[in-house]
Amino acid sequence: MSSRREILELLRENARYTTEDIAHMTGESVDDIESTIEELEEAGVVRGYQAVVDWNAVETDEERVRAIVELNVTLDRETSYADIANRIAKFPEVTSLRLISGDYDFDMEVEGDSMREVSHFISNKVAPIPEITQTVTHYVMDSYKEQGMRFDDHDDDERLSVSP
Amino acid sequence: MTFEPSARVESVPPSGIRRFFELAEEMDDIISLGVGEPDFSAPWAAREAAITSLEQGKTAYTANRGKRELRERIARYEAAEHALTYDPDEEILVTAGASEGIDLAFRALLDPGDAVAVAQPCYVSYVPGVTFAGGEVIDVPTRADDEFKLTREVLEAAGAADAEALIYCYPNNPTGATMTGEELREVAAFCREHDLMVFADEIYADLTYEHEHTSIATLPGMRERTVVFNGFSKAFAMTGFRLGYAMAPPEAITAMNRIHQYTMLSAPTTAQHAAIEALDNCREEVTEMTTQYDRRRKFILSRFNEMGLDCFPAAGAFYAFPECPWDDAEAFAEALLEDQGVAVVPGTAFGAGAEGHLRVSYATGMAELKEAMDRIETFLA
Repeated sequence: MSSRREILELLRENARYTTEDIAHMTGESVDDIESTIEELEEAGVVRGYQAVVDWNAVETDEERVRAIVELNVTLDRETSYADIANRIAKFPEVTSLRLISGDYDFDMEVEGDSMREVSHFISNKVAPIPEITQTVTHYVMDSYKEQGMRFDDHDDDERLSVSP
Repeated sequence: MTFEPSARVESVPPSGIRRFFELAEEMDDIISLGVGEPDFSAPWAAREAAITSLEQGKTAYTANRGKRELRERIARYEAAEHALTYDPDEEILVTAGASEGIDLAFRALLDPGDAVAVAQPCYVSYVPGVTFAGGEVIDVPTRADDEFKLTREVLEAAGAADAEALIYCYPNNPTGATMTGEELREVAAFCREHDLMVFADEIYADLTYEHEHTSIATLPGMRERTVVFNGFSKAFAMTGFRLGYAMAPPEAITAMNRIHQYTMLSAPTTAQHAAIEALDNCREEVTEMTTQYDRRRKFILSRFNEMGLDCFPAAGAFYAFPECPWDDAEAFAEALLEDQGVAVVPGTAFGAGAEGHLRVSYATGMAELKEAMDRIETFLA
């Protein structure tokens, strides 16, 4: 495995690994790890670092709402998928946007403080875009796994603490 | 009347890890680096095959030697992965874990008073196993200076030439040591010269990181005197399925099966169905787990070196075996447990040659491993 790929895998596994941790795990020097990560960031391969949050586990009265929205669009000679995507992606409410194959064209994820806020955003900001022909909104009821991380795997290590 | 253990049972002291297990069990929130089994669950496809076999009511005994379908898969797997060729009908016995296979070999192939050279440090069951079979143990302590490898000098110095058999485990529990094919040639020559049987515990064969695993049975003149043990516990993370196998010439397998058919009858049926699936379709999971172990291995060795703890470069299994910074490894392990809540096992639990060392398992998640190493560093500061 190339060192760049291994470093990317480790950062995906846990972005809080220090350069020292990654150096220990890969057998590379700390300087080499630092410079490779810098290169990956500058080249736009690593776009950022985020926490994977289980909002259900956050003790707060504030509602956190997420919705997956199916978008169908129609193209003309002057408008491409990328043009439409650029227009939608600029909204801060949109947390992810992907062009996909199948029954609809874009898969959009939206976050807001309430269902009302999310609904308003879709009906007032997204649906009026001329190329969008249909929106179907699915509110997220519960989340069991995000970005490869399961939310139900609590400390259930049943192994003996010392074994042969 | 009262029950009195037999003299043979009385002569075997309780396992050295038992005391540490009891100590660790008394404490809350410990990070255990004392476990000798994977932290991964068995591959899903293998678990599903077990469930399906139960749904279909496949719950009867199998053939004593194990399902033929499984023995065929084992033969194919060993030929492809370890260059070992065994006839599934006559030379493979499916057992309830590799440990049962080892016990069968002792009882089936040794006569009372026969001496067995036991390469140490070693898995905790070998020495009691020889005793239970009525044999005598010849301690063959390997040395940290030799990276815990067997050499002709070590064997000669221990008097192994007088033994009927030699038992060893490479990659090794507890040291993580491995032996290359070239290094094994010397051991093979010694065993041929002195007409020793070889019991080769290769349960960690697929967890070898620096070089390809070589089985001693592939070396000239060794197949006919070797019993190879392997199983699904370590590489496939299927410890609780209790499934292993032994491979040897027909006369050895027939003798071992004679005991197996009266004691175990057959290995667990559900586990055999899971194992067939594991060999057919779970190799990617083994590769992924091995990649993870290798990262942790590099991490833990590197951290120990930074702490100034002398730790030879373990190249197999999932154990590091650093030198203990205190004279008394048991006292150190106990103090580390009490002070920092980190459980490691003193090497003394694993026999001769292990004094002054600690067995540190990295079969635990990176986050816990990192925390444990930080705590050990704090303890040493």
